Amino acid sequence: MTPKVEVRDLRVFFGGEEALRGVSLDIAANRILGVIGPAGSAKTTFLRALDRMNELKAGCRTAGRVLVDGEDVYGPACDPVALRKRVGMVFAMPVPLPLSIYENVVYGPRLNGVRNKAELDGLVEECLRAAFLWDEVKDRLGGSGLKLSGGQQQRLCLARTLAMRPELILLDEPCSGLDPISTARIEEALSLLKERHTIVLVTNNTKQAARASDETAFFLMGELVEMGPTGRIFTNPSDKRTEDYVTGRFG
Amino acid sequence: MNAHRASQRVAVSILAAATFLCLAIVAFVIGFVLEKGLPQLSWEFLFTKPRDMGKAGGILPAIVGTLALSLMAIAVALPLGVGTAVYLAEYTRETRVTKVIRFGTDCLAGIPSIIFGLFGYIFFVTTLKMGWSLIAGALTLAIMVLPTLIRTSEEAIRSVPQSWREVSMSLGATRWETVRKVVLPNALPGIVTGVMLSFGRSIGETAAVIFTAGSSFRLPKSAFDSARTLAVHFYILAREGISTDKAYGTAAVLVIAVLAVNGLTYALMGGFMKRKAR
Repeated sequence: MTPKVEVRDLRVFFGGEEALRGVSLDIAANRILGVIGPAGSAKTTFLRALDRMNELKAGCRTAGRVLVDGEDVYGPACDPVALRKRVGMVFAMPVPLPLSIYENVVYGPRLNGVRNKAELDGLVEECLRAAFLWDEVKDRLGGSGLKLSGGQQQRLCLARTLAMRPELILLDEPCSGLDPISTARIEEALSLLKERHTIVLVTNNTKQAARASDETAFFLMGELVEMGPTGRIFTNPSDKRTEDYVTGRFG
Repeated sequence: MNAHRASQRVAVSILAAATFLCLAIVAFVIGFVLEKGLPQLSWEFLFTKPRDMGKAGGILPAIVGTLALSLMAIAVALPLGVGTAVYLAEYTRETRVTKVIRFGTDCLAGIPSIIFGLFGYIFFVTTLKMGWSLIAGALTLAIMVLPTLIRTSEEAIRSVPQSWREVSMSLGATRWETVRKVVLPNALPGIVTGVMLSFGRSIGETAAVIFTAGSSFRLPKSAFDSARTLAVHFYILAREGISTDKAYGTAAVLVIAVLAVNGLTYALMGGFMKRKAR
């Protein structure tokens, strides 16, 4: 089976400094790829390179290739705006837009020109259910997204991303500020979502990668040290540095 | 220990005295103008034309002239100012060019208004042959209030959290869609404040207006008629010793108008804040 995403010798520079140093890997469709590594190992930079979010920052330059379904994301024919409609992203800090819960979820579809009220209503319920948030907010969809708790906000952000019906979902430490119950909710949602989506989950929590991902990639200092099935990475890694990290000897 | 406390007490007293003095000066000026001016106010004064060069009659043309001039100035300056602010804050990275633009607008803000008046007279009134007219005055005032509008709008736009822009872009919005749907709605309170400040400044302006809109006290019928504003009317009445009483009456109307604009600004801001906190 051809991979959903092929990354070839991907390098990202910020102001001349090489943050991501030549990463190559394949991401299989309908799988969750966990990306682990200590702070400063360029996990987030890698993630943001996949939907060209890095280039919103000044002084950023990217080299190498990222193929999504065989199409080069950095090729001249690719429009980053169209790309970001296909690739959803959930950030580390929950960031609801200063709109109602309902309007948060339909923000993307409205940009795509969906006007039909019934269609939007259906989408809101479907996505909030998929993010395990529906039961908690179904009676106050008109209330502000900013008034939700942190865990609810992050699930709202996930629902908002799902409403785009993205093929690929990128999550950047989505649970870093959340309590264990909210974290469990999000992981539960992800395990169901991979039936229809391909997911990349960057996490500082090694245990989360062990629980939630099918494959795990270990990053260190901007390089990919090792990638493989999650079970093997955690029980029988081939690189000494991976072993030290997953057993908690450093990082 | 006691010396510390004593110095603390002295400092607080001096600061409180300074604050009180400022308030007292403002209250004195407003009180003085209102005390002399309020007795002059009547329906006749507000809603009839002046007679006998302004010795008698009312100030209706000046009220109409002031409103028309200020509204026209804002109508010109608002799109230009907000457009510039959006461009500077959203579409440019901090480079030498943006620094020059910002330096330019700051310089513009520091120029005395009579220089704007002179410029407006030479450029709009004479070169473009607009004559003394509302339109020449409004364009001059628009240039004068632009720096304030740009600065306040730019600050309001920059105060919108960066993370909201990122989220919007990550959902497939273009930068313009992000500006329209996320940035501008949330920068609105700051922009409105800038508009109100500019409006207040236009209402009270004299030097820039007298050279460009002229001082005819006929009721203006179109944008190309000359008109007299309240501030100019007051200036002429007082300067030429026509009528001190009518001058104070005019000043009272002017002061009340400026207070009303400022009050309205605060009320609007309060409303915005409440809506955002909901």
